[in-house]
Amino acid sequence: MSFKFTEENLARIEESKKKYPTSLAAIMDTIYIAQEQNKYISQEVMEEIANVLQVKPVDVLGVVHFYTMYYTKPMGKYHIQVCTNVSCMLRGAYEIWEQVKNKLGIDNMGVTQDGKFSLEEVECMGACGYAPMIAINEDYYENLTKEKVNQILDSLK
Amino acid sequence: MENIKIVLPDIPNLDKWDVYLANGGFEGAKKAFSKTPDEIIDIVKKSGLRGRGGAAFLTGLKWSFMPKTTDKPKYLCVNGDESEPGSFKDRQIFEYNPFQLIEGILITCYAIGANVAYLYIRGEYHKWIKLMQKALDEAYSHGYIGSRMKDTFGIDFSCDIYIHKGAGAYICGEESSLMNSIEGIRPYPRVKPPFPAQKGLWGNPTTINNVETITNVPVIINKGWEWYSSIGAQKHPGTLLFGVSGHVNKPGVYELPTGILLTDLIYNYAGGVPNNKKIKCVIPGGSSMPPLRGDKIEGVKMDAESLKEVGSAIGTGGVIVMDEDTNLVKVLARITKFYYHESCGQCTPCREGTGWMLKTLNRILRDEGTSEDLDLLISVANNIEGNTVCALGDAAAWPVKFMIDRFRDEFEKYVKRNVVIPVPNKVHSMRETAIPLEGIKK
Repeated sequence: MSFKFTEENLARIEESKKKYPTSLAAIMDTIYIAQEQNKYISQEVMEEIANVLQVKPVDVLGVVHFYTMYYTKPMGKYHIQVCTNVSCMLRGAYEIWEQVKNKLGIDNMGVTQDGKFSLEEVECMGACGYAPMIAINEDYYENLTKEKVNQILDSLK
Repeated sequence: MENIKIVLPDIPNLDKWDVYLANGGFEGAKKAFSKTPDEIIDIVKKSGLRGRGGAAFLTGLKWSFMPKTTDKPKYLCVNGDESEPGSFKDRQIFEYNPFQLIEGILITCYAIGANVAYLYIRGEYHKWIKLMQKALDEAYSHGYIGSRMKDTFGIDFSCDIYIHKGAGAYICGEESSLMNSIEGIRPYPRVKPPFPAQKGLWGNPTTINNVETITNVPVIINKGWEWYSSIGAQKHPGTLLFGVSGHVNKPGVYELPTGILLTDLIYNYAGGVPNNKKIKCVIPGGSSMPPLRGDKIEGVKMDAESLKEVGSAIGTGGVIVMDEDTNLVKVLARITKFYYHESCGQCTPCREGTGWMLKTLNRILRDEGTSEDLDLLISVANNIEGNTVCALGDAAAWPVKFMIDRFRDEFEKYVKRNVVIPVPNKVHSMRETAIPLEGIKK
């Protein structure tokens, strides 16, 4: 198996396990740590997570596939998430969505050929009062206009 | 209206430890620790505090369900999974008043006899998770949580608070699903009974409260139940964080006493509708709550009892305003797409019904709908409602039922533009492919 957690990440997993009475409960933290290290969750990553937590591989598979924030294929260096849910939609989210789509030349869950950008249409991000919004990796960009979106995307190196 | 702020007071830098302490921070906890747990529960019961997560259940009553004598560990789960479209209130607490939330968790744990609390925060809130963790680290370092509480407060009680980070699933806001998520298994909702107070996290007694609910607690203890119960609506006292979004000039979160007029909230606080347009529709408590007609919102008060009287519910207090030009068929299709996407798939009526409703609404958006489709939508919604393990089924059904019922004229206009009834030539499985929201980008 080629995927192995780094020593530092193994220590983080041990820290997470201390929060819970079972090691299975540390599964979500562990998947996040694995995703941070490997960029996405492959079959062998899932097997290693199961190995480290001493749980069944199917337990990991079931959790990984349930949530939208775990990716089973490599995403871009900048993962762009556009919320199109109702509050954002009322304030022009679909225009923002079309604009980002056209600018990057990719559709939902697509990745640009150079691996720089990936795009995802997401459900409510809890930014309804600051709509429309996009999230890039861990950061929220709110109260957007088409011009602002262009500036933000152009600023990403 | 009197400017009473309980959850988000107008104090700059309240997220700083020294500022919080200088403004009466942890006074509520100190008072609470001088009383017995039963006395605390009694105060919260008398205050009339109701849950801020959606169901508006009496908080003190919920706490009293926890068994008094048990050899099992007890837990508190604090729900900050905030994913209901239209709701964005809890993140304000994480950002502006994290220590009051921590203080509320301490008092609640003491009252129910729990030594461990899990604060569940949605995974997308990276920034707010970091802010909350920083606040927790600070409280730990000062001995206000954890094993040094005896030295700080002089009581034989300790409490650990851990953040559990979600990973993008609306269903985890449902209490039993939230517990499964913490346990590390697929977060399918559990059948109730047994309720969490009987059999919760890892089979142990557990209480689950919303972040905003818990943040009210220190002030109730500090200022007394008489003071708290005199604020706002009699049967639903206190203040609420109203998140106003959609077609308003000043969207945002407004903390106001319950019972405020909906029109007051929209026009006086949220700045009214852009270009002075009329309001066509308002959803008063997050996307799953029955919508109200814009011409029927005069005199509507924002509290659980008053909204029930006009055929809606307070939910999370997430008010979504739509102006006269809004296409409600598109809005309903978008809301339905959300519930289709977020259905966990455990119960057949919800898993299949949400997709069926979305397909039907897409057909109407393609100008291929008929009047029969409107009846079909209501029929499917009726078959979802009440027939699922958790309330996501109801949440998906209500917007469809009530939007069509209350805006039938608008939906009829849409379907009467078309006279051809399409006959599908083959049947697809609902889950073969993701269903895009057609027509929405036109």
